[in-house]
Amino acid sequence: MRILRGAPGARVLAFGAYQPAGVVTNDDLAKTIDTTDEWIQSRVGIKERRVAGPEESEVDLAVQAGGKALAGSGLSASDVDLVIVATCTPEAPIPNVAGRVAHRLGITAPGAFDVNAACAGFCYALSAAADAIRCGSATHVLVIGTEKLSQWIDWTDRATCVIFADGAGAAIVGPSDTPGIGPVAWGSAGDKHDAIVIKDRASFLHQEGQTVFRWATTELHPVAKEACDRAGVDPAELAAFVPHQANLRIIESIARKLGADNAVIAKDIVLAGNTSAASIPLALSRMIERGEVQSGGLALLLGFGAGLTYAGQVIEIP
Amino acid sequence: MALTEQEILAGLGKIINEITGIPATEVTPEKNFVDDLDIDSLSMVEIAVAAQDEFGVEIPDDQLKHLKTVKDVINFIQN
Repeated sequence: MRILRGAPGARVLAFGAYQPAGVVTNDDLAKTIDTTDEWIQSRVGIKERRVAGPEESEVDLAVQAGGKALAGSGLSASDVDLVIVATCTPEAPIPNVAGRVAHRLGITAPGAFDVNAACAGFCYALSAAADAIRCGSATHVLVIGTEKLSQWIDWTDRATCVIFADGAGAAIVGPSDTPGIGPVAWGSAGDKHDAIVIKDRASFLHQEGQTVFRWATTELHPVAKEACDRAGVDPAELAAFVPHQANLRIIESIARKLGADNAVIAKDIVLAGNTSAASIPLALSRMIERGEVQSGGLALLLGFGAGLTYAGQVIEIP
Repeated sequence: MALTEQEILAGLGKIINEITGIPATEVTPEKNFVDDLDIDSLSMVEIAVAAQDEFGVEIPDDQLKHLKTVKDVINFIQN
Protein backbone atom coordinates (compact mmCIF):
# COMPACT_ATOMS: atom_id res chain seq x y z
CA MET A 1 0.00 0.00 0.00
CA ARG A 2 1.19 3.53 -0.70
CA ILE A 3 0.06 6.93 0.45
CA LEU A 4 -0.48 10.06 -1.60
CA ARG A 5 1.55 13.19 -1.24
CA GLY A 6 -0.52 16.35 -1.62
CA ALA A 7 0.35 20.02 -1.94
CA PRO A 8 2.89 21.56 0.49
CA GLY A 9 0.19 23.86 1.81
CA ALA A 10 -3.39 25.00 1.35
CA ARG A 11 -4.96 28.44 1.21
CA VAL A 12 -8.31 30.12 0.89
CA LEU A 13 -8.65 31.37 -2.70
CA ALA A 14 -11.93 33.24 -2.23
CA PHE A 15 -14.78 33.80 0.19
CA GLY A 16 -18.46 34.29 -0.55
CA ALA A 17 -21.46 35.07 1.61
CA TYR A 18 -25.21 35.23 1.40
CA GLN A 19 -27.93 36.53 3.68
CA PRO A 20 -31.66 36.10 3.12
CA ALA A 21 -33.51 39.31 2.27
CA GLY A 22 -35.80 39.40 5.32
CA VAL A 23 -34.58 41.93 7.91
CA VAL A 24 -35.88 41.65 11.48
CA THR A 25 -35.01 44.67 13.62
CA ASN A 26 -35.04 44.85 17.41
CA ASP A 27 -38.08 47.10 17.19
CA ASP A 28 -39.84 44.41 15.15
CA LEU A 29 -39.21 41.89 17.95
CA ALA A 30 -40.31 44.36 20.62
CA LYS A 31 -43.77 44.38 19.02
CA THR A 32 -44.37 40.73 19.92
CA ILE A 33 -42.15 39.98 22.95
CA ASP A 34 -41.20 41.80 26.14
CA THR A 35 -37.90 43.37 25.06
CA THR A 36 -36.44 46.65 23.81
CA ASP A 37 -33.81 47.74 21.31
CA GLU A 38 -31.69 49.01 24.22
CA TRP A 39 -31.99 45.71 26.12
CA ILE A 40 -30.90 43.62 23.12
CA GLN A 41 -28.05 45.93 22.10
CA SER A 42 -26.63 46.11 25.62
CA ARG A 43 -26.78 42.32 26.19
CA VAL A 44 -25.77 40.89 22.83
CA GLY A 45 -24.87 43.83 20.59
CA ILE A 46 -27.32 43.01 17.80
CA LYS A 47 -29.27 45.74 15.94
CA GLU A 48 -30.88 43.58 13.30
CA ARG A 49 -30.72 40.06 11.86
CA ARG A 50 -31.77 38.24 8.70
CA VAL A 51 -34.40 35.52 8.61
CA ALA A 52 -35.20 33.30 5.63
CA GLY A 53 -38.77 32.69 4.61
CA PRO A 54 -40.34 29.25 4.13
CA GLU A 55 -39.32 29.29 0.47
CA GLU A 56 -35.59 29.37 1.31
CA SER A 57 -33.80 26.42 3.00
CA GLU A 58 -30.30 26.14 4.44
CA VAL A 59 -29.41 24.37 1.14
CA ASP A 60 -30.56 27.41 -0.83
CA LEU A 61 -28.50 29.73 1.40
CA ALA A 62 -25.44 27.47 0.93
CA VAL A 63 -25.84 27.37 -2.85
CA GLN A 64 -25.86 31.17 -2.98
CA ALA A 65 -22.77 31.59 -0.79
CA GLY A 66 -20.93 28.68 -2.44
CA GLY A 67 -21.66 30.03 -5.91
CA LYS A 68 -20.21 33.41 -4.97
CA ALA A 69 -17.04 31.86 -3.52
CA LEU A 70 -16.62 29.71 -6.65
CA ALA A 71 -17.07 32.75 -8.92
CA GLY A 72 -14.61 34.75 -6.82
CA SER A 73 -11.97 32.05 -7.09
CA GLY A 74 -12.02 32.07 -10.89
CA LEU A 75 -12.31 28.28 -10.88
CA SER A 76 -15.02 26.30 -12.60
CA ALA A 77 -17.29 23.78 -10.91
CA SER A 78 -15.34 20.91 -12.47
CA ASP A 79 -12.20 21.97 -10.56
CA VAL A 80 -13.84 21.21 -7.18
CA ASP A 81 -13.47 17.63 -5.96
CA LEU A 82 -14.62 17.93 -2.34
CA VAL A 83 -17.54 19.79 -0.73
CA ILE A 84 -17.78 20.12 3.05
CA VAL A 85 -20.78 21.78 4.66
CA ALA A 86 -20.78 22.83 8.30
CA THR A 87 -24.32 23.07 9.64
CA CYS A 88 -26.30 22.15 12.73
CA THR A 89 -29.66 22.97 11.17
CA PRO A 90 -30.13 20.59 8.24
CA GLU A 91 -33.82 20.25 7.44
CA ALA A 92 -33.40 16.47 7.15
CA PRO A 93 -30.92 13.93 8.55
CA ILE A 94 -30.43 12.45 5.07
CA PRO A 95 -29.45 13.24 2.44
CA ASN A 96 -26.67 15.51 3.62
CA VAL A 97 -26.51 19.16 2.61
CA ALA A 98 -23.11 18.94 0.88
CA GLY A 99 -24.20 16.57 -1.88
CA ARG A 100 -27.30 18.62 -2.69
CA VAL A 101 -25.33 21.87 -2.79
CA ALA A 102 -22.68 20.31 -5.05
CA HIS A 103 -25.36 19.06 -7.44
CA ARG A 104 -27.04 22.47 -7.59
CA LEU A 105 -23.72 24.16 -8.33
CA GLY A 106 -22.87 21.70 -11.10
CA ILE A 107 -19.99 20.12 -9.21
CA THR A 108 -19.97 16.56 -10.52
CA ALA A 109 -19.22 13.62 -8.21
CA PRO A 110 -17.18 15.37 -5.52
CA GLY A 111 -16.56 13.94 -2.08
CA ALA A 112 -19.40 15.45 -0.06
CA PHE A 113 -20.05 15.45 3.66
CA ASP A 114 -21.54 17.58 6.44
CA VAL A 115 -19.85 18.55 9.68
CA ASN A 116 -21.77 19.22 12.89
CA ALA A 117 -19.63 21.16 15.30
CA ALA A 118 -22.30 23.83 15.68
CA CYS A 119 -20.85 27.36 15.80
CA ALA A 120 -17.30 25.95 15.55
CA GLY A 121 -18.24 24.00 12.41
CA PHE A 122 -16.65 26.24 9.80
CA CYS A 123 -13.22 26.09 11.45
CA TYR A 124 -13.47 22.29 11.75
CA ALA A 125 -14.47 22.02 8.08
CA LEU A 126 -11.71 24.41 6.97
CA SER A 127 -9.15 22.31 8.84
CA ALA A 128 -10.45 19.11 7.21
CA ALA A 129 -10.26 20.80 3.80
CA ALA A 130 -6.67 21.97 4.28
CA ASP A 131 -5.62 18.53 5.52
CA ALA A 132 -7.32 16.82 2.55
CA ILE A 133 -5.38 19.00 0.14
CA ARG A 134 -2.07 18.43 1.91
CA CYS A 135 -2.69 14.66 2.04
CA GLY A 136 -3.61 14.47 -1.63
CA SER A 137 -7.24 13.46 -1.05
CA ALA A 138 -8.53 16.60 -2.77
CA THR A 139 -7.25 19.50 -4.87
CA HIS A 140 -9.95 22.17 -4.53
CA VAL A 141 -12.47 22.14 -1.70
CA LEU A 142 -15.66 24.13 -1.32
CA VAL A 143 -16.22 24.74 2.39
CA ILE A 144 -19.57 26.22 3.45
CA GLY A 145 -21.14 27.21 6.75
CA THR A 146 -24.91 27.47 6.40
CA GLU A 147 -27.67 27.78 8.97
CA LYS A 148 -31.38 28.31 9.10
CA LEU A 149 -31.62 28.68 12.86
CA SER A 150 -34.95 30.50 12.60
CA GLN A 151 -36.73 27.18 12.14
CA TRP A 152 -35.42 25.95 15.53
CA ILE A 153 -36.22 29.10 17.51
CA ASP A 154 -39.19 29.76 19.76
CA TRP A 155 -40.11 33.24 18.60
CA THR A 156 -41.78 33.94 21.96
CA ASP A 157 -38.57 33.16 23.91
CA ARG A 158 -36.77 36.47 24.32
CA ALA A 159 -33.60 34.76 25.60
CA THR A 160 -32.96 33.15 22.19
CA CYS A 161 -35.05 34.73 19.45
CA VAL A 162 -33.20 38.04 19.71
CA ILE A 163 -29.86 36.29 19.10
CA PHE A 164 -30.04 33.66 16.38
CA ALA A 165 -30.41 34.21 12.65
CA ASP A 166 -29.99 32.73 9.17
CA GLY A 167 -27.15 33.02 6.66
CA ALA A 168 -24.34 31.27 4.83
CA GLY A 169 -20.65 31.85 4.16
CA ALA A 170 -18.28 29.87 1.96
CA ALA A 171 -14.64 29.50 0.99
CA ILE A 172 -12.83 27.86 -1.90
CA VAL A 173 -9.66 26.22 -0.60
CA GLY A 174 -6.88 25.19 -2.96
CA PRO A 175 -3.27 24.00 -3.02
CA SER A 176 -0.40 26.31 -2.19
CA ASP A 177 3.40 26.18 -2.15
CA THR A 178 3.43 28.21 1.08
CA PRO A 179 1.19 27.85 4.14
CA GLY A 180 -2.06 29.80 3.83
CA ILE A 181 -4.03 27.95 6.50
CA GLY A 182 -2.28 27.38 9.83
CA PRO A 183 -2.57 24.35 12.10
CA VAL A 184 -5.89 24.11 13.91
CA ALA A 185 -6.23 24.36 17.69
CA TRP A 186 -9.41 22.49 18.49
CA GLY A 187 -11.19 20.69 21.28
CA SER A 188 -14.44 20.18 23.10
CA ALA A 189 -16.02 20.29 26.55
CA GLY A 190 -18.60 17.50 26.54
CA ASP A 191 -19.23 18.00 30.25
CA LYS A 192 -21.10 21.16 29.22
CA HIS A 193 -23.14 19.39 26.52
CA ASP A 194 -26.42 20.66 27.98
CA ALA A 195 -25.46 24.35 27.84
CA ILE A 196 -26.78 24.74 24.27
CA VAL A 197 -29.27 22.16 23.05
CA ILE A 198 -32.04 21.35 20.61
CA LYS A 199 -33.29 18.32 22.53
CA ASP A 200 -35.30 16.65 19.77
CA ARG A 201 -37.18 17.42 16.57
CA ALA A 202 -40.13 18.88 18.45
CA SER A 203 -37.96 21.19 20.57
CA PHE A 204 -36.56 24.66 20.14
CA LEU A 205 -33.01 25.79 20.79
CA HIS A 206 -32.29 26.31 24.49
CA GLN A 207 -29.21 28.06 25.83
CA GLU A 208 -27.84 28.46 29.36
CA GLY A 209 -26.71 31.99 28.69
CA GLN A 210 -24.63 32.55 31.81
CA THR A 211 -22.81 29.21 31.49
CA VAL A 212 -21.91 29.84 27.87
CA PHE A 213 -20.89 33.43 28.59
CA ARG A 214 -18.63 32.36 31.47
CA TRP A 215 -17.03 29.60 29.38
CA ALA A 216 -16.51 31.82 26.35
CA THR A 217 -15.01 34.72 28.30
CA THR A 218 -12.68 32.59 30.43
CA GLU A 219 -11.70 29.47 28.43
CA LEU A 220 -11.36 30.61 24.83
CA HIS A 221 -8.63 33.26 24.73
CA PRO A 222 -6.04 30.55 25.49
CA VAL A 223 -7.37 28.61 22.46
CA ALA A 224 -6.99 31.75 20.34
CA LYS A 225 -3.41 32.15 21.57
CA GLU A 226 -2.72 28.45 20.95
CA ALA A 227 -3.86 28.77 17.33
CA CYS A 228 -1.44 31.71 16.92
CA ASP A 229 1.38 29.77 18.60
CA ARG A 230 0.87 26.73 16.37
CA ALA A 231 1.10 28.97 13.30
CA GLY A 232 4.14 30.81 14.67
CA VAL A 233 2.26 34.10 14.55
CA ASP A 234 2.31 36.75 17.27
CA PRO A 235 -1.21 38.11 17.98
CA ALA A 236 0.18 41.60 17.30
CA GLU A 237 0.87 40.49 13.69
CA LEU A 238 -2.80 39.72 13.02
CA ALA A 239 -4.58 42.00 10.55
CA ALA A 240 -7.95 40.63 11.57
CA PHE A 241 -9.58 38.65 14.38
CA VAL A 242 -12.75 36.91 13.25
CA PRO A 243 -14.33 35.03 16.14
CA HIS A 244 -17.72 33.36 15.91
CA GLN A 245 -20.32 36.11 16.13
CA ALA A 246 -22.00 34.89 19.30
CA ASN A 247 -22.35 38.02 21.39
CA LEU A 248 -20.56 41.35 21.07
CA ARG A 249 -19.49 41.27 24.72
CA ILE A 250 -17.87 37.85 24.24
CA ILE A 251 -16.12 39.05 21.07
CA GLU A 252 -14.74 42.13 22.82
CA SER A 253 -13.68 40.13 25.89
CA ILE A 254 -11.70 37.54 23.89
CA ALA A 255 -10.17 40.21 21.65
CA ARG A 256 -9.00 42.21 24.69
CA LYS A 257 -7.39 39.16 26.32
CA LEU A 258 -5.80 37.97 23.06
CA GLY A 259 -3.85 41.21 22.59
CA ALA A 260 -4.46 41.44 18.84
CA ASP A 261 -3.72 45.14 19.09
CA ASN A 262 -3.33 45.80 15.36
CA ALA A 263 -6.22 43.64 14.18
CA VAL A 264 -9.60 44.68 12.85
CA ILE A 265 -12.11 42.88 15.10
CA ALA A 266 -15.10 41.36 13.29
CA LYS A 267 -18.36 42.78 14.66
CA ASP A 268 -20.68 41.50 11.98
CA ILE A 269 -23.11 40.32 14.65
CA VAL A 270 -24.48 43.87 14.87
CA LEU A 271 -26.24 43.50 11.52
CA ALA A 272 -26.24 39.71 11.04
CA GLY A 273 -27.07 38.21 14.44
CA ASN A 274 -25.63 34.86 15.49
CA THR A 275 -25.61 32.59 12.43
CA SER A 276 -23.67 29.71 14.04
CA ALA A 277 -21.42 27.92 11.50
CA ALA A 278 -22.03 30.66 8.93
CA SER A 279 -20.92 33.58 11.06
CA ILE A 280 -17.14 33.47 10.50
CA PRO A 281 -17.07 33.24 6.68
CA LEU A 282 -20.02 35.65 6.53
CA ALA A 283 -18.19 38.20 8.65
CA LEU A 284 -14.85 37.88 6.87
CA SER A 285 -16.48 38.03 3.41
CA ARG A 286 -18.11 41.30 4.31
CA MET A 287 -14.91 42.71 5.82
CA ILE A 288 -13.11 41.92 2.53
CA GLU A 289 -15.95 43.44 0.48
CA ARG A 290 -15.85 46.63 2.53
CA GLY A 291 -12.06 46.88 2.17
CA GLU A 292 -11.52 46.66 5.95
CA VAL A 293 -8.83 43.99 5.47
CA GLN A 294 -6.26 43.54 2.74
CA SER A 295 -5.27 40.49 0.72
CA GLY A 296 -2.21 38.80 2.21
CA GLY A 297 -2.95 39.88 5.78
CA LEU A 298 -3.27 37.30 8.52
CA ALA A 299 -6.64 36.59 10.12
CA LEU A 300 -7.32 34.47 13.18
CA LEU A 301 -10.59 32.55 12.94
CA LEU A 302 -12.10 31.19 16.18
CA GLY A 303 -15.27 29.12 16.25
CA PHE A 304 -16.98 28.03 19.46
CA GLY A 305 -20.41 26.83 20.45
CA ALA A 306 -22.71 23.91 21.19
CA GLY A 307 -21.07 20.65 22.17
CA LEU A 308 -19.36 22.51 23.57
CA THR A 309 -16.86 22.63 20.71
CA TYR A 310 -14.16 25.04 19.65
CA ALA A 311 -11.58 25.41 16.89
CA GLY A 312 -9.31 28.17 15.65
CA GLN A 313 -6.68 28.73 13.00
CA VAL A 314 -4.70 31.53 11.40
CA ILE A 315 -5.28 32.04 7.67
CA GLU A 316 -3.91 34.34 5.01
CA ILE A 317 -6.68 36.58 3.68
CA PRO A 318 -7.27 35.94 -0.06
CA MET B 1 -7.23 34.43 57.90
CA ALA B 2 -10.81 35.13 56.85
CA LEU B 3 -11.47 38.47 55.22
CA THR B 4 -13.71 40.95 57.02
CA GLU B 5 -16.94 42.21 55.54
CA GLN B 6 -15.30 45.59 54.96
CA GLU B 7 -12.38 44.06 53.08
CA ILE B 8 -14.67 42.03 50.82
CA LEU B 9 -16.93 45.05 50.27
CA ALA B 10 -13.94 47.18 49.24
CA GLY B 11 -12.78 44.43 46.83
CA LEU B 12 -16.27 44.02 45.35
CA GLY B 13 -16.64 47.78 44.94
CA LYS B 14 -13.43 47.89 42.93
CA ILE B 15 -14.45 44.91 40.77
CA ILE B 16 -17.94 46.26 40.09
CA ASN B 17 -16.51 49.66 39.23
CA GLU B 18 -14.07 48.12 36.74
CA ILE B 19 -16.74 45.99 35.05
CA THR B 20 -19.74 48.33 35.06
CA GLY B 21 -18.37 51.82 35.72
CA ILE B 22 -20.61 52.17 38.79
CA PRO B 23 -18.73 54.20 41.47
CA ALA B 24 -17.41 51.88 44.21
CA THR B 25 -19.05 54.12 46.83
CA GLU B 26 -22.46 53.10 45.43
CA VAL B 27 -21.70 49.45 46.19
CA THR B 28 -23.09 49.02 49.71
CA PRO B 29 -24.30 45.79 51.37
CA GLU B 30 -28.06 46.39 51.09
CA LYS B 31 -27.97 47.14 47.34
CA ASN B 32 -29.77 44.75 45.01
CA PHE B 33 -27.71 44.11 41.86
CA VAL B 34 -30.63 44.25 39.44
CA ASP B 35 -33.04 46.69 41.06
CA ASP B 36 -30.59 49.17 42.64
CA LEU B 37 -27.42 48.88 40.58
CA ASP B 38 -28.98 47.92 37.20
CA ILE B 39 -26.39 45.18 36.65
CA ASP B 40 -27.40 42.56 34.05
CA SER B 41 -26.93 38.78 34.22
CA LEU B 42 -23.85 38.75 31.98
CA SER B 43 -22.10 41.42 34.04
CA MET B 44 -22.91 39.31 37.12
CA VAL B 45 -20.95 36.46 35.51
CA GLU B 46 -18.00 38.80 34.91
CA ILE B 47 -18.20 39.96 38.53
CA ALA B 48 -18.30 36.34 39.76
CA VAL B 49 -15.23 35.44 37.68
CA ALA B 50 -13.32 38.50 38.91
CA ALA B 51 -14.39 37.78 42.51
CA GLN B 52 -13.05 34.24 42.15
CA ASP B 53 -9.66 35.62 41.05
CA GLU B 54 -9.69 38.18 43.87
CA PHE B 55 -10.97 36.08 46.78
CA GLY B 56 -10.24 32.51 45.64
CA VAL B 57 -13.88 31.46 46.06
CA GLU B 58 -15.72 29.97 43.10
CA ILE B 59 -19.26 31.22 42.58
CA PRO B 60 -20.95 28.72 40.22
CA ASP B 61 -23.81 29.84 37.96
CA ASP B 62 -26.40 27.81 39.90
CA GLN B 63 -25.40 29.68 43.08
CA LEU B 64 -24.98 33.04 41.37
CA LYS B 65 -28.69 33.34 40.57
CA HIS B 66 -29.50 33.22 44.30
CA LEU B 67 -27.15 36.07 45.16
CA LYS B 68 -29.43 39.09 44.86
CA THR B 69 -27.66 41.70 46.99
CA VAL B 70 -24.10 42.79 47.67
CA LYS B 71 -24.51 41.37 51.19
CA ASP B 72 -25.46 37.95 49.70
CA VAL B 73 -22.15 37.87 47.82
CA ILE B 74 -20.20 38.93 50.90
CA ASN B 75 -21.84 36.15 52.92
CA PHE B 76 -21.15 33.59 50.18
CA ILE B 77 -17.46 34.53 50.06
CA GLN B 78 -17.15 34.52 53.86
CA ASN B 79 -18.80 31.10 54.17
